[in-house]
Amino acid sequence: MPNMSPKKVRMREQDPDVRRRNFEEVACGYSPEEAMEEAGRCLHCKNRPCVSGCPVAVNIPEFIAEISNGNFGKAYQIIRQTNSLPAVCGRVCPQETQCESLCVRGKKGEPVAIGRLERFAADYAMNSGSPDEAATLDDTQQIRKNGIKVGIIGAGPAGLTCAGDLALMGYDVTIFEALHEPGGVLVYGIPEFRLPKAIVRREIEYLSKLGVKIQCNFIVGKTMTVDELFEAGYSALFIGSGAGLPKFMGIPGENLNGVYSANEFLTRINLMNAYNEEYDTPIKTFGRVAVVGGGNVAMDAARCAKRIGAKEVYIIYRRGMDEMPARREEIHHAQEEGIIFRLLANPVKILGTEDGWVRGIQCVEMELGEPDSSGRRRPVPKKDSEFTIELDGVIMALGTSPNPLIKSTTEGLRTNRHGCIEVDEETMMTSRPGVFAGGDAVTGAATVILAMGAGKKAARAINDYILATGK
Amino acid sequence: MYKIVEKRILNPEVKLMRVEAPLVAAKAKPGQFVIIRVDEKAERIPLTIAETIRDKGLVTIIFQEVGVSTKKLGALDEGDCILDFSGPLGKPSELDGLKKVCVIGGGLGCAIAWPQAKYLFDSGASVDIIAGFRNRDLVILEEEMRKCSDRLHIMTDDGSYGEKGLVTHKLSELLESGEAYDAVIAIGPLVMMKFVSQTTRPYGIKTIVSMNPIMIDGTGMCGGCRLTVGGEVRFACVDGPDFDGHLVDFDEAIRRSAMYREDEKKAIAAHECRLGGGAMNA
Repeated sequence: MPNMSPKKVRMREQDPDVRRRNFEEVACGYSPEEAMEEAGRCLHCKNRPCVSGCPVAVNIPEFIAEISNGNFGKAYQIIRQTNSLPAVCGRVCPQETQCESLCVRGKKGEPVAIGRLERFAADYAMNSGSPDEAATLDDTQQIRKNGIKVGIIGAGPAGLTCAGDLALMGYDVTIFEALHEPGGVLVYGIPEFRLPKAIVRREIEYLSKLGVKIQCNFIVGKTMTVDELFEAGYSALFIGSGAGLPKFMGIPGENLNGVYSANEFLTRINLMNAYNEEYDTPIKTFGRVAVVGGGNVAMDAARCAKRIGAKEVYIIYRRGMDEMPARREEIHHAQEEGIIFRLLANPVKILGTEDGWVRGIQCVEMELGEPDSSGRRRPVPKKDSEFTIELDGVIMALGTSPNPLIKSTTEGLRTNRHGCIEVDEETMMTSRPGVFAGGDAVTGAATVILAMGAGKKAARAINDYILATGK
Repeated sequence: MYKIVEKRILNPEVKLMRVEAPLVAAKAKPGQFVIIRVDEKAERIPLTIAETIRDKGLVTIIFQEVGVSTKKLGALDEGDCILDFSGPLGKPSELDGLKKVCVIGGGLGCAIAWPQAKYLFDSGASVDIIAGFRNRDLVILEEEMRKCSDRLHIMTDDGSYGEKGLVTHKLSELLESGEAYDAVIAIGPLVMMKFVSQTTRPYGIKTIVSMNPIMIDGTGMCGGCRLTVGGEVRFACVDGPDFDGHLVDFDEAIRRSAMYREDEKKAIAAHECRLGGGAMNA
């Protein structure tokens, strides 16, 4: 008999007053008892609507059934069959718009907490050690190596997934990563309190056990070009270089001291550990700081700013709360931590002191007009509504676009007018034969799970391509 | 890990290291840089490549110990390893086609002026070098620069070596005497590059400067290295590091270079305190 409670089993969280002063994880995860209770809410629908909402098609009812029976290791193995980064996805996937949005239980009450259960299974496996080892051993014993070299450009979610799947098919896979640590946005972008770095490292260690080689400090386009990699014997390449280029508004004052791109601010904190005094990388801690933007990155930057000591942190966003692209959960957490939301406001100028430091931001109030091409109501400035907030720091979180480094050094690689690499939707192949691409480099800034879905699809396509061409 | 195979002390502030980095050595061209991280806790810092010895897979870096990370680097010895060493980054300098060039190096900037001059000289251009230092003790790379120039003018602020005066004094003198350069290449402190650009402007001589702002990744990701060039925002790491000196907003660049000066002072004090503590315990 299923558990008919209309609500999800609550997950414990760190108290907002405590957590806004530390970088430890906000959400504490389920205990085995809580997980089994929540798993009991699944109706195990025959047509499995939830699975169709998952970009990597995790066998959701099956793994939940194992959790409700207390077979946590088995649950983890089921997730692993299709998802190479379960502990990551359980934390950062927008389940509310994917699997959980299609859950039948969501029609009357809350859907089954699929994301939390996925996280539980992955954490349980990692903490107990044995199921993970067993799964790895199982996987590695089944691999029959074919010796064919495939290169993966970028060790972010798309590249890691593609590499993992290809390694399981027997390919000799090398990932080329520009930074000194693999993980991409999982290590430089998403903060420790949302996704502990130890978890990312564990997921990457698993890939190493499958035989995937990772070469850091290797910038494709600079250290070696795509053509040189082919000459070096790679039969196919996958570009998963992400969308790393920060956008600015183009308003006066953006080059003042005290203005960061969210990319720089988060990279200093996450990748370079600037919040930890033992590390050398400096960061401005600010007294009053505004983050411009309304996405998950803006929430991450605001919550980091609070944690490193800012007294007042504002989110300035030109539309309203309903239009914010950030996940509800992130907005809610930011509000709990005391982030101040200045909605329907748009910066027009950053004000500076005589010696060039930020002293404030001048904004104009906005109102919502007719819907635009994105379907959201377009914000338009209100007349004579300018106002100023005194600040000493500004963080621009306006989105990112793909890095042109590979495009500019690869002849015949077509991109669209946004700089995104063009691919055949079926085969994931670019305009260059043997070169595949996926993730943010193709779509522009999107989610971890969509990038993983693309990496997965590309791995299958690369296998088909190599079998077909005999390379 | 990248092994240091040779270390030389060029002057009390400046050190040279030859590092095993075959992939970088195979590709690097004059004007490009590397990003290094000395150890797990160090910053990522950009250093312009001074020289590559391709057949041995070596890359030469020349640096001044200004912050904690460069002090840590300077403390390493031959046989030690640098944790991360990535590149070559940035666009190579556009030197081809230049026939008569004046290359100007200020202090540590000579470490980068030297390979530029060498490339030009080896490709048959006529090269004058003006190298400026505060005093005699700080003169570096004199022999190397002499070998790759038609004329080498060494200037010191106090006149303790070469001629007394600033590099811009010598440049003005040469320009007034009618020297017709295709280009002036200036590498050194921002203030020096600013005044070199001002000096050449009335003559309409193409002036190339090499910018070395604060950056993290070196691939266009952080935007920390942004500059205003000809009224537009450019990233030094991917659009540069070379820019048209007549278009760079130097005052803004000078201001931005001071962003962490206070933090740096505190960090150095803390670093030296730690080192001192270690010595006492020993």
